[in-house]
Parts: sequence; structure tokens; C-alpha cells
Amino acid sequence: MHETTYHRAASVEDASRLLSASDEGQLIAGGQTLIPTMKARLAAPSDLVDISRIGALRGIEVSGRRVTIGAMTTHAEVAGSAELRSVCPGLADLAGLIGDPAVRHRGTIGGSIANNDPASDYPAGVLGLAAVIRTDKREISADDYFEGMFTTALDEGEIILSVSFDAPEACAYAKFPNPASRYALCGVFIAKGADGIRVAVTGAGNDGVFRASALEQALSLDFSPAAVDGVTVDADEMLSDIHGDAAYRANLVKVMAKRALAAM
Amino acid sequence: MADITLTVNGQRVSTTVEDRALLVEFLRDALGLTGTHVGCDTSQCGACVVHVDGKAMKSCTMLAAAADGCEVTTIEGVAKGDALHPMQKAFNDNHGLQCGFCTPGMIMSGIDMVARYRADGRTLDEAAIREELEGNICRCTGYHNIVKSIQQAAGEM
Ligand SMILES: Cc1cc2nc3c(=O)[nH]c(=O)nc-3n(C[C@H](O)[C@H](O)[C@H](O)COP(=O)(O)OP(=O)(O)OC[C@H]3O[C@@H](n4cnc5c(N)ncnc54)[C@H](O)[C@@H]3O)c2cc1C
Ligand code: FES
Ligand code: FES
Repeated sequence: MHETTYHRAASVEDASRLLSASDEGQLIAGGQTLIPTMKARLAAPSDLVDISRIGALRGIEVSGRRVTIGAMTTHAEVAGSAELRSVCPGLADLAGLIGDPAVRHRGTIGGSIANNDPASDYPAGVLGLAAVIRTDKREISADDYFEGMFTTALDEGEIILSVSFDAPEACAYAKFPNPASRYALCGVFIAKGADGIRVAVTGAGNDGVFRASALEQALSLDFSPAAVDGVTVDADEMLSDIHGDAAYRANLVKVMAKRALAAM
Repeated sequence: MADITLTVNGQRVSTTVEDRALLVEFLRDALGLTGTHVGCDTSQCGACVVHVDGKAMKSCTMLAAAADGCEVTTIEGVAKGDALHPMQKAFNDNHGLQCGFCTPGMIMSGIDMVARYRADGRTLDEAAIREELEGNICRCTGYHNIVKSIQQAAGEM
């Protein structure tokens, strides 16, 4: 790991100030992506600004069906929240499927969606729930936020504060984990709400998380696993690698969609 | 350099660490607590699992500086004097190890999962143990005796 200078931010303003004062500084939340990347020398931030002790960034608030999750809330906290589970079990289930128990004790929702790994789980949930990502500068809708593999609408130095959404009538997430890494080879999040059906897919697409509009249309006419059969998922838009080729992933999208529907 | 004060196995430690030092490097190199192992470079094997403020975490994927103010427990801190922790005893009773490299991490993860399931009022059955061991890799045992060990300890803790 290359040398770096560690700072602990006392507040969001403090973090923002430390970042802009640094040469090539980076925020560190749970460190479950950034530290492995630094150990592999694929990242070498001059400064690390630790936001993990900022209390205001932590916690889950459920008021009626409105849910707000602080950026520093860990995967274990999301998976274990009875309050969240009572209105939105799909997202709690999703968080419980991320990595392993030790990773879930440190990794955070903010870090996950800031990174936007094409095989990570949260992007599917956040996009499927039509969540709003609040930062220290503005609010961004999930539809505008995810811009492709490892790319988001965040500006340099912008800090995610929270993710909020209205819990839909029903939602579920089905994941086919890569047998070795356990990241999603394909993960499908389906939400049925007042504004219709949303289907978000992670792991499979060749440019990160995406909404499967053909599936959304078919399911809005017939909300059943059988409706998935008539839909064609374009293999040209799927990722192809050593773990699974594009045709295999295209098929997985339909299989996972059916499993999610069966769980709703 | 970062000044840190933390509690390790019940003892308060105040020291200075390199900003980039990992918690596992601090534990092994500065404190000589070499029971915590490093089995990979990719945060995947779990040989380095310790408890930070009562939760299982990978000490290779956390900065020592970030542990300032925390309570850390390593494998050296779980026995009471000469009396092994029930989880250690169970690994012994069930031949839950062969080379022993993964064992400290297995035991720390085992203690953590038993405590968590108990706190939540959930049953830690065999399937749950296997699922919970997702982040701990063993190259020797084939896991059966590790699972048996954790099952036994769950009844004795
Ligand atoms: C063994 C292992 C298995 C894993 N398996 C999975 C899996 O199955 N599915 C999955 O989805 N993920 C998986 N992960 C990744 C894990 O979920 C990470 O916790 C997550 O991707 C990053 O969150 P973090 O809090 O650890 O972020 P960090 O590593 O601290 O940061 C990641 C990036 O986000 C930036 N950042 C962090 N917080 C903010 C913020 N509030 N605002 C703006 N930018 C921010 C950082 O600057 C950094 O660039 C795994 C990780 C490991 C080590
Ligand atoms: S050494 Fe920490 S996970 Fe392998
Ligand atoms: S006993 Fe050898 S790696 Fe587990």
C-alpha cells in the first residue's frame, strides 16, 4: 500500500474542507472496497478522509412509508433493521446478501453506491426503488445517478449524505452470486408501487446497473412469473467474461426476475 | 503518523502508527499478537478476523488509525487464563482444524455468529453456520468439523 495521510472528519463540512485541501484525497467510509484497492496499488490517494464517525450520516429512519438511510449505515444494520424490514423487506434481504458477515459489519450503502461496481448489489435496489440520493450539494434521482460501470453523477468531492425512497407495495431481490467472489453475476430487484413496476438489474449488463424496460412493460400488463417468458433480453447488452457469457447472463436476468416475483 | 489509543484484549494501548498501517499489521508487528493471521491480499480469506467493538471485522481491511478509541479482541484475548473459550475447546474436541492457519479467524467468526444469533433470538443451525462462514476460507478441513465445532460451542456458550 502506498503512503497516505489519514484524517478523521468531525462533520460533513469538515470532510468537504479536508478533501478540497488535499492533493488527491479520497473519502473512506467502511473501506471494504477502497482498502483492498489500495492494497492492490490500484488506488493511491494522497489523503484519506474518514467519515465513519460522523453520527449524522448513520441510521435508518422510517416514517410511514418514507425511508431514509444514512450513507454510513452498514450493510449489517440495513439487513438487521426490523423497522425497514416491516415496510421494505426486499432491501433488507439485499443487504444481507452482500459479501460476508465481516464485510457487512463495516461496508456502507454510501460507499457501495459511490463506487457503483457493476457487480454490486445496492445499485439494483436503489434504482429499483426510485430512490433519491441526497448529497452535500443537491438531490439526485437514482435514474440520473447511475451513469455506467464505476461511474456516477457525483462531482469531484461531492459527499453522499443519505438515500431515501417511498417503500413500494411489494419488492424483492433475487441474486445469482458468482460462486467464487459472491458478487452478483446477476441480481434483479423488482418493485411494485403506485407509479408502476420497476425492474433493475445488476451484475449482468455491459455498462453497469440498468432498468429492464421490456420486463417492466410485460409485468405491468401481467404481474406474474409467466409474463417473463415472453420477454427477450438482448444478449448484446450483457457482460461477457470468464464467469459467464452474454447469452448466459441474458437468461439469468429472466431466471432471477422469476425468482424475485415468486418471492413477492 | 497517527496517534491512537485503543483497548486490545482488555489492555489500553497508546501509540503512534503509520497512517497507512492496517490494523492487522499493528496487532502482529507492533503488539506481537501473531495469532491473527494474514492469508490473502484480497480481503477474502477471513484468517485475520478480530472483534472491533464486539463485531467481527477483517483486520486486514481496516486501518489501525481507524481503530482509535475502539475495543479490539483478538484470538489471544478469548481464553480466560488457562481455561479455553468454549469455541476453542469445541475446535479441539471436534478436530476442527488441520494446519490451523484459518483457525483464529474461524474461532473469532464463530464467536461472533453465536453471539449475534443469540441476541436476535434466531437459531444457528447447520445451514446458517455454513452461510455465516462465507468469509472464512479453509484449505484443509473441508469445513465439516469446523461446522460441528461451532454447533457444539453454540450449545455451550
Ligand atoms: C470480500 C468482499 C466481498 C464483497 N462482496 C460484495 C457483494 O457481494 N456485493 C456487493 O455489492 N459488494 C460487495 N463487497 C463490497 C462492499 O459492499 C463494500 O462495502 C462497498 O462496495 C463499499 O462500501 P464501503 O463503505 O466499504 O466504502 P469504501 O471502500 O470506504 O469507499 C468506496 C468508494 O466510495 C467513496 N465513498 C464512500 N462513502 C462515500 C460517501 N458518503 N460519499 C461519496 N463517496 C463515498 C470512497 O471515496 C471510495 O471511492 C465486497 C467486499 C469484500 C471485501
Ligand atoms: S487476510 Fe484478511 S481476509 Fe485474508
Ligand atoms: S485448517 Fe488449514 S486452512 Fe483451515
